[in-house]
Amino acid sequence: MRVQINGELRDVPEGISLQTLLEHLSLSQQRVAVELDRHIVRRADWTATNINEDAKIEIVHFVGGG
Amino acid sequence: MSDTFTLAGKEFRSRLIIGTGKYRSFDEMKSAHRACGAEMVTVAVNRVPLDRKTESFLDHLDSAMQILPNTAGCFDADHAVRTARLAREALETDWIKLEVIGDKVTLLPDNEQTLEAAKVLVKEGFIVLPYFTDDLIMAKKLLDAGCPAVMPLAAPIGSGMGVQNPSNLRIMREQLPDATIIVDAGVGVPSDAAVAMELGADAILMNTAIAESQNPEQMATAMKLAVEAGRLAYLAGRMPKRLYASASSPIQGAIK
Repeated sequence: MRVQINGELRDVPEGISLQTLLEHLSLSQQRVAVELDRHIVRRADWTATNINEDAKIEIVHFVGGG
Repeated sequence: MSDTFTLAGKEFRSRLIIGTGKYRSFDEMKSAHRACGAEMVTVAVNRVPLDRKTESFLDHLDSAMQILPNTAGCFDADHAVRTARLAREALETDWIKLEVIGDKVTLLPDNEQTLEAAKVLVKEGFIVLPYFTDDLIMAKKLLDAGCPAVMPLAAPIGSGMGVQNPSNLRIMREQLPDATIIVDAGVGVPSDAAVAMELGADAILMNTAIAESQNPEQMATAMKLAVEAGRLAYLAGRMPKRLYASASSPIQGAIK
């Protein structure tokens, strides 16, 4: 199924959980935060949260700035 | 002399808050951070690049520094609120430097959207430090909304122009004697920082002036001294300005 992650369209397995998605993307999971369809998903809920088709996901971390 | 600076119940010895952008290397940033003596550092929230391991930027910061995430890059209240929530989730901090930009060319703040976002975030328990145009009435509204401090600009972000409207800062200081005023953006050289502090700012947040200097570590030291000098001068109280001279040596008794 197709989802949008950080603005990019991606094909991911049907019914994948957020936790599996993050592992799938090989992202560092330290000090990142995830928004699914404009709602924050707490880290504790990543495993239990499944993603639907056309979901919009934002995964953020911290960078230099002023 | 003990002259600490308290912000939302937290005490700071340094009145300099430092940014993390534009440094040529992590080592340069780290040495500048050490030299300036800041105890709080601001970082931006950004999308993680996909399909590659990225090292955590935060690992390059001194763990003793308080991290102040910011909402840089947000152009409306909604995006700023979402960014603040993400920052809180990732860092487990309620502190947020609220920045809602109105225009890409000048990067001037959108005060209206900033106020709207501040109201939402304060209700959600955030410690909101808003960046805004140096305007007294806006400062009052932001304080009324529950912001523990206000952060007026000295000049546009990254411009290095120094305090463009000293009267506005003076008025803000005089009319809001109990408010915490942090000048954010626009400082270029240490004398700019000293001017802002002499006018009564409680602290200064800066990034580019140090990061884009030829030697950030030296500039960081210079800024630290300038902030301290300006603060001391403010506390000491400046002499009045006069249009005409006032002799320092006795005129009478000079030989004829």
